[in-house]
Amino acid sequence: MDLTLKIWRQKNSSSKGKFETYKVNDVSPDSSFFEMLDTLNQQIIEKGNDPVAFDHDCREGICGTCSLYINGRPHGPKRGITTCQLHMRSFKNGDTIVIEPWRAKPFPLVKDLIVDRSALDLIIQAGGYVSVNTGGIPDANAIPIPKMNADLAMDAASCIGCGACVASCANASAMLFVGAKVSQLALLPQGKIEAANRVQKMVAEMDHLGFGNCSNTYACEAECPKEIKVTNIARMNRQFMKAKVCAEKHEAASFGG
Amino acid sequence: MTTLNSNIPQGNLADKWTTYKSTCKLVNPSNKRKLDIIVVGTGLAGASAAASLGELGYNVKAFCYQDSPRRAHSIAAQGGINAAKNYQNDGDSVYRLFYDTIKGGDYRSREANVYRLAEVSNGIIDQCVAQGVPFARDYGGLLDNRSFGGAQVSRTFYARGQTGQQLLLGAYSTLSRQINKGTVKLYNRRDMLDVVVVDGKARGIIVRNLVTGEIEKHFGHAVVLATGGYGNAYFLSTNAMGSNATPLWRAYKKGAFFSNACFTQIHPTCIPVHGDFQSKLTLMSESLRNDGRIWVPKKLEDVAKLRKRDIKPSDIPEEDRDYYLERRYPAFGNLVPRDVASRAAKERCDAGFGVSHSGLAVFLDFKESIARLGKNVIEERYGNLFQMYEQIINENPYETPMMIYPAVHYTMGGIWVDYDLMTTIPGLFAIGECNFSDHGANRLGASALMQGLADGYFVLPYTISNYLSSEIHTKRIPTDAPEFVQAEKSINEQLAKLMNIKGKQSVDTIHKKFGKIMWEYCGMGRTEEGLKKGLSLVPDIKKEFWTDLFIPGEMNEFNPELEKASRLIDFIELGELMMRDALQRRESCGGHFREEMQTEDGEAKRDDENFAFVSAWEFKGDDNEPQLHKEQLNFEVAKPSQRSYK
Repeated sequence: MDLTLKIWRQKNSSSKGKFETYKVNDVSPDSSFFEMLDTLNQQIIEKGNDPVAFDHDCREGICGTCSLYINGRPHGPKRGITTCQLHMRSFKNGDTIVIEPWRAKPFPLVKDLIVDRSALDLIIQAGGYVSVNTGGIPDANAIPIPKMNADLAMDAASCIGCGACVASCANASAMLFVGAKVSQLALLPQGKIEAANRVQKMVAEMDHLGFGNCSNTYACEAECPKEIKVTNIARMNRQFMKAKVCAEKHEAASFGG
Repeated sequence: MTTLNSNIPQGNLADKWTTYKSTCKLVNPSNKRKLDIIVVGTGLAGASAAASLGELGYNVKAFCYQDSPRRAHSIAAQGGINAAKNYQNDGDSVYRLFYDTIKGGDYRSREANVYRLAEVSNGIIDQCVAQGVPFARDYGGLLDNRSFGGAQVSRTFYARGQTGQQLLLGAYSTLSRQINKGTVKLYNRRDMLDVVVVDGKARGIIVRNLVTGEIEKHFGHAVVLATGGYGNAYFLSTNAMGSNATPLWRAYKKGAFFSNACFTQIHPTCIPVHGDFQSKLTLMSESLRNDGRIWVPKKLEDVAKLRKRDIKPSDIPEEDRDYYLERRYPAFGNLVPRDVASRAAKERCDAGFGVSHSGLAVFLDFKESIARLGKNVIEERYGNLFQMYEQIINENPYETPMMIYPAVHYTMGGIWVDYDLMTTIPGLFAIGECNFSDHGANRLGASALMQGLADGYFVLPYTISNYLSSEIHTKRIPTDAPEFVQAEKSINEQLAKLMNIKGKQSVDTIHKKFGKIMWEYCGMGRTEEGLKKGLSLVPDIKKEFWTDLFIPGEMNEFNPELEKASRLIDFIELGELMMRDALQRRESCGGHFREEMQTEDGEAKRDDENFAFVSAWEFKGDDNEPQLHKEQLNFEVAKPSQRSYK
């Protein structure tokens, strides 16, 4: 396959960026999108120039490192996969492919197609955990968990933290990301104890970092490579309302009062 | 001269760890606050260690090369994690898990370490459930298990085909909690480039900030390496693109011994290589062997037709299929350990029965289990793996058998450590895949996750206090001390030297060439002749690297090519040690198959009389050969026997 690529190039966060056009020829339809970019970078390096910087690591769709808007869509044209799982057979010979970085205010640009997604780590640090120390834990089977809850928690926990939900959202909202973590832990008995506190802290951090609100376009669900459902946002909203309305009652309940 | 003392506690095997925990030295809470610990790597071992040490009250600095600690390659582990819970009432016990692991490792690991691993395994499952890890459950709400290669019990806990992801996110969440509390400080996008040794003890590290290119110096009363394996020496492996051996190799050059370098695990079920442009290989979880049957055609004419796509796999009748694992190993069948399964696939493909166009693939067929259990059950168990396969190969594995072939996956070898997980440099510890400790010559499936978390949650927090108890009077050493300044200077010089080569070839071009040498001569089958040939090719590759490499850009900026170059030279030097180690080990054991050493029916022939030792290599300078030390392995409980899965 012969392709034309229009790629966003920007040396660093303080310089001005622009689109550059490249040609790559003889691309195998069986190669992955990144193997196609590897080929391009090999060509660029052979000419003594600076290769295109892009984030990637596991190349099997699980680490969440890769990103990219491809022809205007996060992780490219296919549903339910990351960019690293996208193969060139999804394109046609002669296609022009436009490649851009994630665009969202809380994700400042690092170089070319790489952005800084530390904001997502900060939201988890604000409360995305169960407060247990290592050791002194009762037997794992001491608390049975209904299979349905375990399965729903697992669906939510599949989030890879890539930020496609933020990138796809007109408001750069991180509600799907936060909703997935809040849901996972709220669905399990281990996480219920801190549920009210957790949802408030995580939402406050999300707002503080400049992520926008949800306006129910569902673009996040459509673009999520792990197909996380927007029902997790609804569950988070319920948790949030409950926490705000019944804060005192909840505190009392969790301490046996 | 450094002598090897494994520091194994006295007493019965089953009591050693309990005795150790009750008698090791401790650090009181007010002193813990005065002690700094550096943890490099945030995978299962690193994240669990950093979090647990932070909880104890130490000042922890955690480093990773990724943009977030949640992305470490532990995340890609699919199948599961072992523990001796015996929830299935099928006869499991700590002893049996210990025994299976020692035997699975072909009697090349330490009894005391492996027993401890089996002993702490149950606590890991409790810990993870408490963190909210959504393991698979039955309808009664209790935890479910599956079976894995090399065991006859079902002891593997799993979260769909994403167990590593869920365990890592559990460890990442506890790490995040400590970061929030301020006990752990996170440094992301940093490459560790050196260990700083002051008065014979590890006291810090030199890192490069990958975004700014700045070289930074960090002090710690102790340094913990949790940097994973070195499978990327082969270029193509199932490791992440960024997985590298640089922290290990730099530690080796500073005096840490390197053990069993040649013990690499070639995993039997990976998606076959499909072209020269390929950048990495993708694993299909071993758990698939629970429900999939491995076969090739019995007749070469069927093979020829398959390759030309004149017939489909389903056109070949049952009686013309060779389920070669079931034929050769009736007791374990498709669930033989990984080294055995990989070699059997190679044997069939070498004999001309490979089913893909390249001749390097066998079938993994789910037809029978789909008929028996229904498509829904298979989808629930392996849905994400089937989807991953379809993305890459463009064939639907529910309808046509998967094609698989072995690929480099895990390295059992690593930095030598004693029972305390301390290397030969006092104060430098190595945990998880980067040490050599628990898997001998072959790792069993679902044991890597167990070891990473065992080391990080339950072993290191004890053993490191034992060391730090004598460091409570050591004041923090300022990073302008001469040892730090010297280390920084030499790293700057090395990087400048790389930038100044100004040749023609890209890093990947040279890495691919070197990877082919490694795969050819130090892959699934090794011979004296081949290893010597491989070693003879290394000087040319090194010369090519140092004269013809081209790195674009500058040192003091974001420069992925410079990162890769700095890692590649370490892979080349380590690869040389791997071949040297393989050459001296004139026996077949586990993942190390010396073709000269096999039984009449093609099984590995171990030599316990001459090779029941851990090799430990000491660096003697760039221009000298390394020196081989040996730690003799003593088996008091699990007496070595010929490993048979028949």
